[in-house]
Amino acid sequence: MTGTGAGLRTTPVPSYPVAVSVTERPVAVPAPPARSPRRIRPRPVEVLTVLLVVAVLARGWLVGWTAGARTQTWLTIFVSIVVQASPFVVLGTVLSAVIAVLVPPSFFARALPNRPALAVPVAGAAGAILPGCECGSVPIAGALVRRGVTPAAALAFLLSAPAINPVVLVATSVAFPGRPQMVAARLLASLATSMVMGWLWLRLGRTDWLRMPARPDLDGLSRRAAFLAACRHDMTQAGGYLVIGAVTAATMNVVVPPRWLHLVAAHPVLSVLALAALAVVLSICSEADAFVAASLTQFSLTARLAFLVVGPMVDFKLFAMQAGAFGRRFAVRFAPATFVVAVLAAAAVGAVLL
Amino acid sequence: MRRDLHALVLLLVGGTLLKLAITGDYVRYVKAGLRPYLLAAGAVLVVVAVFSLLGRVRRPAADGHAGTAGGDGQDGDGHGHGHGTGQGWLDVAWLLVVPMTVLLLIAPSALGSFSASRSGTALGAAQSSDFPSLPSGDPVRVSVLDYASRAVFDQGRSLTGRQVTLSGFLLAQPGGWYLTRMVITCCAADAQPVKVGLTGSVPAGLSANDWLEVTGRYTQKVDHDGVNGETIPYLDVSSAHPVAAPKEQYDS
Repeated sequence: MTGTGAGLRTTPVPSYPVAVSVTERPVAVPAPPARSPRRIRPRPVEVLTVLLVVAVLARGWLVGWTAGARTQTWLTIFVSIVVQASPFVVLGTVLSAVIAVLVPPSFFARALPNRPALAVPVAGAAGAILPGCECGSVPIAGALVRRGVTPAAALAFLLSAPAINPVVLVATSVAFPGRPQMVAARLLASLATSMVMGWLWLRLGRTDWLRMPARPDLDGLSRRAAFLAACRHDMTQAGGYLVIGAVTAATMNVVVPPRWLHLVAAHPVLSVLALAALAVVLSICSEADAFVAASLTQFSLTARLAFLVVGPMVDFKLFAMQAGAFGRRFAVRFAPATFVVAVLAAAAVGAVLL
Repeated sequence: MRRDLHALVLLLVGGTLLKLAITGDYVRYVKAGLRPYLLAAGAVLVVVAVFSLLGRVRRPAADGHAGTAGGDGQDGDGHGHGHGTGQGWLDVAWLLVVPMTVLLLIAPSALGSFSASRSGTALGAAQSSDFPSLPSGDPVRVSVLDYASRAVFDQGRSLTGRQVTLSGFLLAQPGGWYLTRMVITCCAADAQPVKVGLTGSVPAGLSANDWLEVTGRYTQKVDHDGVNGETIPYLDVSSAHPVAAPKEQYDS
């Protein structure tokens, strides 16, 4: 088992579209005696190993097949989203495993106000203490719900954490030199959106929309085993949905002609909607989006604020990750509603402050 | 077995991140400053994977119990229920194999002229006109971003009378050649080009994506980016020669 692991790392990696779908049929490979101590049911592992070998053998073909400029650009953007997000996913999943294993549920009961309507703003404001981007906050919000935090409060935290933490606010002030009101506007509009969404969930949300995937049963395991199981589960699931999101974002990035954006920049309403939509499409990390917003100079400040408020809360990458953490029925309702609320909040705050 | 699959996938991801960080290839995709985070994340993933696999060796009986009774089976069913996927075969964990394959086997190159031609030049962030004077040296080496900022926002005041050397890749536009660098803040998904037009003695026989080192002087000539209408400054080239693409191709 360590043997398998070492072999895996030295022989580079596996092939791909293949890995996703075709895997089912072909391999009823009987387990070679080398692996698996007692119980012999290792088929997925066998397949993974076979795929790795096939991919290594097909390397020349893969390289030739992906040599075009558009394909290379797509691949570069795809893998860079995954590489960029992975430290934050790891941080988020380790924290969520800590919450799952080490923090007793009673802690949250004491830390948050009993009335859900009050817990929402408290949890939203608490988002300010989690330094990181949106990829880390999804597993943490999932762990909070599992630990008995009212979903409305966990969702407020999910939305506010990536938008109002100090790292992101400092990045925003660096990107908009001489415009401190941009930082204030981002903070206010993001906090307002997260609280409104939390309260909306209290009024309209239905618990049967939330389908939290079952986790491996952690009861009865030693602390270490439980921690490892929680880490493995959250990392592979959050990582898998991150890949879906990265595929979507890279595709939009390469396919949508950027020129059309500049046609709508002059129109006050269209420009806000266009940049909000662009934030969804690009799925940029919340620590970087301020610099991209700053460069969109032909757009109004309010339109750019919409970009900054929508981006950390709704984008393709996040949608896939939210669907993974809370279920698709939840994500198809939550993400569009968040989009509308975020655009309205940005427009209102922009009208007053900018 | 689900646990083995997850452990191996995590080992693959962790190993890939460590490899990227150690070889330095990660700078094609993300900012150089991310290295310690990649090392830490890779190490955590490898540790989680190795301890999971070791735990299985040490306590095979306990694992067998979990596999039949609760743990593994329940885990699989839970997912099937939640996302319409069936067995471990349709687990999203498989998807992580895709980017790792791409990184290890294809290793896509840093963004070049294809992306640069699709985006407008990005000088929006720097609007101060308070530029320190250039460091000493003749010619003095400056980045494309620095040159373009000084030329546009400072009207070239800090550049006059000085010879400067810039390096970047070539972007072909109807007006001629632009020396270009992609600027990234976090990763290649937020990359934006900064373009400097070349005038004067520009060598013949260039092709897009070639890396070039040019030496020349500030000129007042400008034009406007076809994509976003931003100002593109020019450099009056006195000499130019091809160079190899640097390891770290992005400005930041």
